[in-house]
Amino acid sequence: MSSPVKRTQWDEELTQFRQDHGLSKKVLLNCCLVRRIISWASPSKKDSIEDELELSAVRHRPEALEQLEAQTRFSRKELQILYRGFKNECPSGVVNEDTFKEIYAQFFPQGDASTYAHFLFNAFDTDHNGSVSFEDFVMGLSILLRGSVQEKLNWAFNLYDINKDGYITKEEMLDIIKSIYDMMGKCTYPILKEETPRQHVEIFFQKMDKNRDGVVTIDEFIDCCQNDENIMRSMQLFENVI
Amino acid sequence: MAAGVAAWLPFARAAAIGWMPVANLPMPVAPSNKNKRQDELIILNVSGRRFQTWRNTLDRYPDTLLGSSEKEFFFNEETREYFFDRDPDVFRSILNFYRTGKLHYPRYECISAYDEELAFFGIIPEIISDCCYEEYKDRKRENTERLMDDLEDNKDSKLPNMTFRETMWRAFENPHTSTMALVFYYVTGFFIALSVITNVVETVPCGYMPNQRDVPCGERYTEAFFCMDTACVMIFTVEYLMRLFAAPSRYRFMRSVMSIIDVVAILPYYIGLVMTNNEDVSGAFVTLRVFRVFRIFKFSRHSQGLRILGYTLKSCASELGFLLFSLTMAIIIFATVMFYAEKGSSSSKFTSIPASFWYTIVTMTTLGYGDMVPKTIAGKIFGSICSLSGVLVIALPVPVIVSNFSRIYHQNQRADKRKAQKVQKARLARMRISKSGSSTAFLHSKRNGLNQSLELTQLPYYKMKLSPQGSLEEDQQLKKTTSLLESQHHHLLHCLEKTTNHEFVDERLYEQGYLQTALQNFPSQSPSLSSEEGITGTCCSRRPKKNIQPLNATHTHSHTHNLQELSALHIQCGEQQPLNTSRSSLNLMSDESGSLNCKSSGLVTTAIISIPTPPSNNSRASPDAPSPPNPEAPPLLNPSSTDVVKISAL
Repeated sequence: MSSPVKRTQWDEELTQFRQDHGLSKKVLLNCCLVRRIISWASPSKKDSIEDELELSAVRHRPEALEQLEAQTRFSRKELQILYRGFKNECPSGVVNEDTFKEIYAQFFPQGDASTYAHFLFNAFDTDHNGSVSFEDFVMGLSILLRGSVQEKLNWAFNLYDINKDGYITKEEMLDIIKSIYDMMGKCTYPILKEETPRQHVEIFFQKMDKNRDGVVTIDEFIDCCQNDENIMRSMQLFENVI
Repeated sequence: MAAGVAAWLPFARAAAIGWMPVANLPMPVAPSNKNKRQDELIILNVSGRRFQTWRNTLDRYPDTLLGSSEKEFFFNEETREYFFDRDPDVFRSILNFYRTGKLHYPRYECISAYDEELAFFGIIPEIISDCCYEEYKDRKRENTERLMDDLEDNKDSKLPNMTFRETMWRAFENPHTSTMALVFYYVTGFFIALSVITNVVETVPCGYMPNQRDVPCGERYTEAFFCMDTACVMIFTVEYLMRLFAAPSRYRFMRSVMSIIDVVAILPYYIGLVMTNNEDVSGAFVTLRVFRVFRIFKFSRHSQGLRILGYTLKSCASELGFLLFSLTMAIIIFATVMFYAEKGSSSSKFTSIPASFWYTIVTMTTLGYGDMVPKTIAGKIFGSICSLSGVLVIALPVPVIVSNFSRIYHQNQRADKRKAQKVQKARLARMRISKSGSSTAFLHSKRNGLNQSLELTQLPYYKMKLSPQGSLEEDQQLKKTTSLLESQHHHLLHCLEKTTNHEFVDERLYEQGYLQTALQNFPSQSPSLSSEEGITGTCCSRRPKKNIQPLNATHTHSHTHNLQELSALHIQCGEQQPLNTSRSSLNLMSDESGSLNCKSSGLVTTAIISIPTPPSNNSRASPDAPSPPNPEAPPLLNPSSTDVVKISAL
């Protein structure tokens, strides 16, 4: 994902020019002859070229190490290790959804991890700007690995609640479960049947939905999980991941 | 798993918390970082040039020299660094491979030196990334060809025990092998030339009889020319018969182009002998003589360039076809136009459209004989348009043909390219294997019972049941090859399995299972499933873990666990045959598992038995039993077939 040197130089010059002349980016782009020719030649491609220019111009630099140390529960060394890995895969400093899906899919070669990765992406992208920066990444990880059980459950609820309205409906849960089953792929034992995800959702709702109103609220969810030994134990599973 | 992505494994594992509330089964225990040490910089001293990198970077590829414990052999105690007495320039590319996951081939390097370095460091050349792979393969091919050419030059004087027939054939194909062959080569060449010249001179008028006009030499010196013709045909016939005799595959020889040319060259003579000098057939006889000119094609055996030209024309058939087609179209159009334009003028030569064809062709090819010219103004206008367009239409396909010819001439026939394509397919296959290695690695590790939880909880049983033979070493061996990364990845996949209550299997088992479920009518309850909640480790402890043994192993494990459950024992033979070189596949831990797998070629047996009866696996293969302990899981097995052991042909 590294852009060639020329483009970096160009966009540095671009930024410089813009700043010198007090032009907004849009104005500058609109004046650009090249862009005009391109837009004339292929009018439908206007957005993608602009997007490409936008993304390539974005060079996100994370906050200072001290700040991140204060905001998350990772030690300095851990943050260093995390950042190195992050930067290796995403030199521009942000992950967009496609890269995210790609990376996640590498861990599940047998199935299709893209749907679950999409949900994960939305869960990590807390400010919903379409890209996950290192801060988002590390905040999410901090909750998952070093947070209290309450926080972790909160995060999980947030993941399941696709439209972030505070309720998990059966459809949302079905989507989530299906995406998890998708990751298994085709070659499973026993063979994956059509109704397996639905059954799974039913079991989940039976367990979680105390007042039988068809949705699971955050309180029901946290209550129920805290009463379930398995879940509580499994939450502690990844303590020593870093 | 790609290199850089390994750094994201902690993230993937953390994200697995999203599955926890949904899972109905307890999760397996995470692998512990027993020997977790802080990531340290290690120094690699390659012939004096020091490279430094993180230890984790090198651990990404445990199947190579630098990633495994083999580098300990090169550790220098005094200087606390790893010393390699190798080329530091090539080492740069190799180290970059660890860092970025891509192996590049530097163009200025010698191909064999590079190959040697790759072999030393245990990296297969197939993973050279696409940007450099073409170059690498081309250079490699050139190199091997050059080596083969050198070999062939030395090879000529060898092979004393070839049969006479084979010697003859080799002499025919390659005139440089022996003096006789060379002589034969030149003699036939001379006679071909002689025959062609004879044909030509036959028609030249030489001298004249006192009372008649000029007669061609052929008619004047009939006997002489006949004698020469006979002599040539004799030689050609003898040559053809000898080639036919010597050919390794006569049928194929007779079908080949050269032999057809030979036959066509000599046939007219024999036909002429047979036919009488009759007035009626003499016309046909004369036509047959035209075919004598085909003798000139026999020269293509003597000239490589001629052969390539013929080959080019064959391979450019589509371009030639296009040329012809477009020309025909243009000719018809312009002929029609010219005809109608010139219709009005008197005494015009353009009497019909077919008659105009001749004008159009002559104009379009810019020949311009001048025997037919347009007289009307409209005719002249269209005539000029015709000639201009002719230039264009002809000029377009011709460069394609020319470039084709040059390409073929320089690249030396398509057979080599076909060989290269085969290699490409093999390369893709190997890459696919090493890529799929990550998924199969998990399956392998499952089969070999590498799950760490087993060690923690099941240890007393496990160790007890093991026969004293090779178990401990195998155990250590297996532990050695599983890097921490791999075990963590496997744990992640294991958690997914637990969440969904389904397991990963490989293709063959999947098909088997698919067929099985198709045969099953209804699910049935599994009897007396005592589920042990409690420590999470026991979900795995219910698996009677057994090693995969060769088929004729004497020791099998009988699992005397107290649980009563229906379990399906999957006896699997690894389909992944371990690749040739010892550290060939970078992600596949197939070395140990491959050697442990059944010797017979991948056969799968599914045996359905119930414990606690001692399993009838003493007969054949060794089972590896995953178990679905969850009563909610849809059970697949029909209890009536409990004691059936289905064994496919072994």
